Amino acid sequence: MTATSKSPPKLLLVEGGREAGLQDALSLREVSLSYQTDRGEIPALKNLTFGIKEGEFVSILGPSGCGKSTVMKILSGLLRPTSGEATIAGAEVKGPRADVGIVFQQPTLLPWKSNLENVLVPIRAQHLPIEPNRRRALELLDLVGLGDFSSHYPQDLSGGMQQRVGIARGLVNDPKVLLMDEPFAALDAMSRENMMAELQRIWMATQKSILFITHSIPEAVFLSDRVITFSGRPGRVVDEIAIDLPRSRDISTMSMPEFNQYCFHLRSLFSDRL
Amino acid sequence: MKRFLYPLISFSVFLAAWSGALVLFEVPTYLVPSPTAVGNALWLGLIKGQLYPHIWATLSVTVIGYLLGCTIGLLIGALTAEVEFVDRLLRPYVIALQSIPKVALAPLMIVWFGYGMSSKIVMVALMCFFPVFVNTVAGMRSANPALIDLYRAVSASRLSIVMNVKLPTAATSIFAGLEVAVVLALIGAIVGEFISSTRGLGNLIQSASTTLDVSMMFAAVAILALMGILASELLRRLHRRVVFWERPHGSSAAAG
Repeated sequence: MTATSKSPPKLLLVEGGREAGLQDALSLREVSLSYQTDRGEIPALKNLTFGIKEGEFVSILGPSGCGKSTVMKILSGLLRPTSGEATIAGAEVKGPRADVGIVFQQPTLLPWKSNLENVLVPIRAQHLPIEPNRRRALELLDLVGLGDFSSHYPQDLSGGMQQRVGIARGLVNDPKVLLMDEPFAALDAMSRENMMAELQRIWMATQKSILFITHSIPEAVFLSDRVITFSGRPGRVVDEIAIDLPRSRDISTMSMPEFNQYCFHLRSLFSDRL
Repeated sequence: MKRFLYPLISFSVFLAAWSGALVLFEVPTYLVPSPTAVGNALWLGLIKGQLYPHIWATLSVTVIGYLLGCTIGLLIGALTAEVEFVDRLLRPYVIALQSIPKVALAPLMIVWFGYGMSSKIVMVALMCFFPVFVNTVAGMRSANPALIDLYRAVSASRLSIVMNVKLPTAATSIFAGLEVAVVLALIGAIVGEFISSTRGLGNLIQSASTTLDVSMMFAAVAILALMGILASELLRRLHRRVVFWERPHGSSAAAG
């Protein structure tokens, strides 16, 4: 299979995920984006370059307004960059595409649909066959620990449980990449730590590539293989560190000196900028 | 049972106070009729059947006008919320028309649509249009942008977003508009009938006033009140059934 073949070698990627480690699951190359407003151009992102490998968990850490959500919109095909290129599985992102799962800051579920139907929203919106996907949706609800709640409605669930329905919905397409935009930001501290462990488990079970946006340093360190730090206005990559902590991580990880060193390092990056 | 018990108690007290006051202050019966006289007028009118044509006339123009006005309000509201072009095209006229007291247009409607039912239907529809229109636009615009992004990210059609996200989001707001429209619909019908009509409760009130038949006027008002209450109640039930996901606070269970 050569790099010049017309269609991306999808089958090879699925079956040979491990040896395809060279292949980026997603990448941004020299991506810049400016918003046009009445008062002129406002740059949101500047010369952004980074990639995520297959099965990798990468966090983007940055202050509010550093263009993190813009990155999400570019990768999900809702915004075109002003310059540069975004790719998913080697193909340029030219518009909305189905092989990207999205999880938002708020659970954003439909209160008039059952949890199962909420997970199936992307399937129905694409007019895909329901039956095989219903089974998949039920399996995913099981995976996120909500197997018994498939016929309940979202408003019967706590915030953390709702966010887990959101994660199952993000996975229902069997996406190559899962984009998560501060998914735990709206949760209280206790549910947050539970959800961190939960997400790690889901990620290890599904082997998805995850781009996780957050402004919590411990969250980024706990979850990630790699943490990319952003500066604000316009968003630029400041630093990138690999988190070399054993998996699977748990509460004891958080008390390891290495964990705290990573946190300290990241924290100092931001305090420099104050 | 308690739902009916308390209003029933207050209603009995009201009737007693009414009769008492008439005796106490020696109010002449040609100004304020006694509750029994009103009851009598109602009873006779319903037994002899002389009230039915009036009730039927008012009811039919109200229902037809209501359905017409609300449907148009919903459709144009949805178009305005969804298509910016339509919004720009209509907005100045909608604002202008909204600030006019619609009742002031009633005589014009009679001139345009005649003395029969159609002028009253148009009047009712005109009254109902605005609350439904305004609430549809506001409700649809309040849809969660993240949900819309979710649908757009899988290339869902615009229609699918409207049907699956925007309209259900707007449902509560639309029902609020529909409830306001019930009251306005009756006002529209009665005003239309006041100005010119051959039957209807508005017509009945007016002809009763020329003969100083205050019992009949009260009877007609009582029927109107009953119609309003029944329609509002019907709509509230429909609201609860359609917007089933909206439960009173505190009823949600489960925590994790």
